[in-house]
Formats: sequence, structure tokens, C-alpha cells
Amino acid sequence: MKSALILFPGTNRERDMAAALKRAGGRDPAIVWHGETSLPDADLIVLPGGFSFGDYLRSGAIAARSPIMPEVIKRAQAGALVLGVCNGFQALCEVGLLPGVLMRNTSLKFVCREVKLEIVNAQTPFTRAYRAGQVIRCPVAHHDGNYFADAATLDRLGGEDCVVFRYAEGTNPNGSQRDIAGIINAGGNVLGLMPHPENLTEAAQGGTDGLPLFQSIASGFMERAA
Amino acid sequence: MKARIFVTLKDGVLDPQGQAIEGALAALGFDGVGAVRQGKVFDIELADPADGEARLKAMCEKLLANTVIEDYEIEVG
Repeated sequence: MKSALILFPGTNRERDMAAALKRAGGRDPAIVWHGETSLPDADLIVLPGGFSFGDYLRSGAIAARSPIMPEVIKRAQAGALVLGVCNGFQALCEVGLLPGVLMRNTSLKFVCREVKLEIVNAQTPFTRAYRAGQVIRCPVAHHDGNYFADAATLDRLGGEDCVVFRYAEGTNPNGSQRDIAGIINAGGNVLGLMPHPENLTEAAQGGTDGLPLFQSIASGFMERAA
Repeated sequence: MKARIFVTLKDGVLDPQGQAIEGALAALGFDGVGAVRQGKVFDIELADPADGEARLKAMCEKLLANTVIEDYEIEVG
């Protein structure tokens, strides 16, 4: 699996993400600076977590207007898989590849803890190695994870199986509407989520509940290549 | 050309920061504060005034406001 990882000033989860991608897919991702205007050949484009541009203006807002983003949009429209985690999810919403917006946590506090995540849709290229309804452990670390969209958008997301992850068992850490933790676009190739599955992909991190997400992606490309 | 742009949350969008400020005002003894909504102000100078208002509007739409949750108002001074 060939992947490209986009780096912004203030990104800080790229190493964890690169390690998870290598663990599941066997190859190091290409690292692409936000100021570039072209991407290498890649099956998967990842926007990792962090605090791009210091979260100035709105989380992910400046990153979403970076020189590399028109190319990311073009690849997404051509069907490449795009994964945004935490700050990457915020940027995907800001750039319009995903609907809605991530607002300040209702507690106004930065939350850094483990939550329970329900896999709502296990039919996506990112979640095929899970079962629908399965509840996994996953860490979160964010200040702006409170998913907001208007009621019509929320209904559409639910109706089209675009809600992929929900906070389960009363662990919603940020006030997200309908406990939404992660969504996919209608085309089924752009996924954004606030929790950090890359931080639970080996025993030394305390568990491997996040690994199937990366294995789902990698096995999809192995099957296609075979 | 100088302009001031106000970006505010749309009606119906929860504003926990505004609520926290409201609580702090009450704690300071300011009675009768109904509701507080927090927003942003941008002062922008345009070197070239040509198409100024249209360009300012485009800036709001493309960057300064997220129109999913925010409204904007442009005041040219």
C-alpha cells in the first residue's frame, strides 16, 4: 500500500501515523509538505493530527487553504482514499470534503483520555476488518471535537450510513451531536474521525484496537493488486 | 480602504464560550445579563480599493467565516 502523509506546521502525530501505516501496510508513507502542489502516486492520503497553524482562526482552517489541498481534493474526487484524524478531520471539514464542522468541546476543556467507540458502519474500506456494532477502545486528545451540522445534514448522514464511528456507553467527550466521532463522505472514500486509532496499534501502546482500521485499508489494496 | 468584518455564530449554534462568559459576568455581580454570544472582529486594509467590497465578501466566504456555523458582516470605514 502506497500512502502519502501531509505535514503542516504544527502537525504532531505524523510519526505515530507513519508507524501505524507501516505496521499494517508494510511501507513507510511518503511525507509531503503542505507547501507542495503535487502528490506522489498514492493509494491513501492521510492528514494526521496536531495543531496545524496553531489552530489560528478555526481548527484546520488555514491548513485547508494550503497549496497542497487542491491536489488532495482532486485525488479524492478521483476516488483515492483520504483519511483525516483529529486535526486532519477538522481540515477535511473546513475544505468541504466532509460536511459539518468541529466546534469547541462543550466542557471548554481539552480532553485527553480513552473513549469507547462503536463501529456503526463496517462496510467502508476503512472499517471492513471490524464488525458492525463492535465497541472498541480508542484514545482522544482534542479541544475542538464537538461535531456540528444542521439537522438535515445529520439526518442525511444517518440515512446514508455515513456515520462510521460513534462514542459509545456514555463516553462522548466533547458534546458531539448524536455522539458522532467519525464520518465518511457519500462517495465512501473520505473518512474523518476525532479519536486516534494510530495510537492503539501495538501492545506497547496498551492495545491494538486501532490496528484493524489500518489493516482494512491495507488488505483492500492487497486484494486489488492480487 | 479600511474595513471591519464581524464574524458571529449563527442563531441556534451552541456557544459554550459565550455561556461561560455569561456565567463569569453573573459571578462578578452583573445582574440581568440575558445571553452572551462570542464572535470575532477582523480589521483589514486593502491597498487597492477596486472591487473592495466584492473582494472582502469573497474573503469572508473562503476563509474568515465558516458559513456552516457563522454569519459575517462587512463594515467599510
